[in-house]
Amino acid sequence: MRTRPAARAGQYAALLAYLLFLALPLLWLLSTAFKSPRELGSLHPAWIPRHPTPANFRQALDEQPLLHAALNSLLVALTAAVVAVLLATPTAYVMARHRSVLSRAATGWVVFSQAFPFVLVIIPLFLVLKRLRLIDSLAGLTLVYVVWALPFALWMLVGHVRAVPAELEEAAAVDGAGRLRTLVSVTAPLLAPGIAATALFAFVTAWNEFFFALVLLKSPGKQTLPVVLTHFIGAEGAADLGPLAAAASLATLPPLAVFAVIQRRITGGLLAGAVKS
Amino acid sequence: MRTRAAAALAVLLLLLAGCAGGTPAGRGRGGPVTLRFQSLAWQRESVAATRELVREWNAAHPEVRVEYVQGSWDSVHDQLLTSFEGGEAPDVIHDASDDLADFAHGGYLARLDGLLPARLTSDIPEAAWRTTTFGDGVYGVPFLQEPRVLIADATRLRRAGVRIPTPEDPWTWAEFRTVAEKLSGHGTYGVAWPLKEPVSATLDLGLSAGGGLFHRDAAGRVTVRFGPGDAVVPRTIRDQVVTDRSAPAATLGSGGSDTLPGLFGGRYAMVPLGFSYRQQIVQQAPKGFDWTVLPAPAGADGLTQGVSPQTLSVAADCPHRKEAAAFISFLLRPGNMVRLALGDWMLPTGTRALRDPALHTAENGWATGTALAAHLRPAPARSVRGYPEWRDKVAAPALQEYYSGSIGLDALRTRLEKDGNLVLARYQR
Repeated sequence: MRTRPAARAGQYAALLAYLLFLALPLLWLLSTAFKSPRELGSLHPAWIPRHPTPANFRQALDEQPLLHAALNSLLVALTAAVVAVLLATPTAYVMARHRSVLSRAATGWVVFSQAFPFVLVIIPLFLVLKRLRLIDSLAGLTLVYVVWALPFALWMLVGHVRAVPAELEEAAAVDGAGRLRTLVSVTAPLLAPGIAATALFAFVTAWNEFFFALVLLKSPGKQTLPVVLTHFIGAEGAADLGPLAAAASLATLPPLAVFAVIQRRITGGLLAGAVKS
Repeated sequence: MRTRAAAALAVLLLLLAGCAGGTPAGRGRGGPVTLRFQSLAWQRESVAATRELVREWNAAHPEVRVEYVQGSWDSVHDQLLTSFEGGEAPDVIHDASDDLADFAHGGYLARLDGLLPARLTSDIPEAAWRTTTFGDGVYGVPFLQEPRVLIADATRLRRAGVRIPTPEDPWTWAEFRTVAEKLSGHGTYGVAWPLKEPVSATLDLGLSAGGGLFHRDAAGRVTVRFGPGDAVVPRTIRDQVVTDRSAPAATLGSGGSDTLPGLFGGRYAMVPLGFSYRQQIVQQAPKGFDWTVLPAPAGADGLTQGVSPQTLSVAADCPHRKEAAAFISFLLRPGNMVRLALGDWMLPTGTRALRDPALHTAENGWATGTALAAHLRPAPARSVRGYPEWRDKVAAPALQEYYSGSIGLDALRTRLEKDGNLVLARYQR
């Protein structure tokens, strides 16, 4: 079926408008980051700063250990994403392929566990980590992020596993492949986009998380980026807006880079190679 | 494939090993004492002043080392509560006095009576000490506070020919309403009320008209009673928004910073703000913008206002309370208190610090604010257990509805009293 040129142009226009809508917060953040304090106080704020200045970036980098905090965040978020995926993938496979009352109950519990607010779990969690001597350590924080991301990662991956036709595995078995070979050579490549999406989710969750990091880390050298960003915010919501926007702009770069790398995997074709040509 | 998997595992283990690096900072055993000081200073000058004072202390006291930790106002209550429960709280704690009631009653803070030198105790007025006194004990040293003031466009005030109020001769609430009306028109407003957090603003300013709202009986039981004095400030604000149209409804949900562009752009002639907002105005106001600091209007009780000072406390778990109190005492020497106050654009509580000439200049309204210091009182509600819940669940929505014109004064009174007393009763069983 062919689309008329006018309809196609409309589709592109709608898509462009949607992309612009999604990009607005980021564009506004960048615009604010390059404005001088006087321009920030203007009643008629401009999208493009009249006198762009890197002063906010200089101030942000001078006043707070942003790069060190970004490294901490990167280390914690990458590790949490890798571990969460390594743990979730085989578990999700079992839950998806071996349906039973138990697996249904487990799935239900996984979804339900997402409803717990942070404040409810933080004190018992703190006590457990203290006993394990993991307070004020990035390893402890990583562990928390893995545990926190795991339920949703599982839930995501179960869906992806179910989307892989069991017939493909059966065909591989008929061709003489063993269980492990089937999983590694047939199922895993087809799951790759799902695994990539799950890893991205776990990474972004850990990258943006503030409260656990605030509570669990005490040493200034171990603080993560979201915690350091709040150092530009005062009591009752007062904020040093320019440096805050500059620091927040810098903070968006690593997730964008990770997304750029992983996105290729996600869009790389869900069932590429599944059918013999 | 196996090689790849092994390599991935090795990378993971390396990452985890990297994560586990370092040991938690602890207190010295046998060596010098180490105190962890969590500061909430956030403005560039106040962070610099605090760090510098810590350096000076460490240089002069090698036996008691203080470690500066930058804290965050965001979620500070939950962070401290968790740290207290886990026995890992900082030794010296910077917070606001309205946060201390629950911590003091919960036994998380050390009593400071007897640990502080007479020099400091006598220097801070009784009214300020009342904000950190719970039961018989003092659980924090109030050291910085800020009144609410009117930041005004001086040019518009001059052009309108209105009387300029001073701390000696402030506007009454009725006069303020008239002036705001006179300053309105042609798409501009006399005043903008940024009431994102309506409860503290209403209660603090309400004290000037004899309001109190929270009343403690002889047995120590607290109840909410909305008297005629409590109605003055809310009624003025509502009349300005709903009847006179001298205040825009749009800013009722805004924070203080959000209203500044409107002030600079001539849309509003006055904005009631905390004294420390002057720093943002100095930074952001366009060149040539002539602004002034006016005292908030006065009621039957004059310029009286409620405040919740910033405080320094010591954790109950701190094994070196004497040393921690000595550090607080050093930090709050009159000269040091002035440095901290100037850095935060606030007022020191100490009377000797308040006499410092740097706080009496007309520049940036310092003199007006300093003249208000004697009128600052603890807001009765802030030290009551259950206040945060009453504020968030009862008072904030009721006041927002009242200010926007959705409910009347009777409904406001009923909700604040009836629902409020139900909340407080749970905390006083």
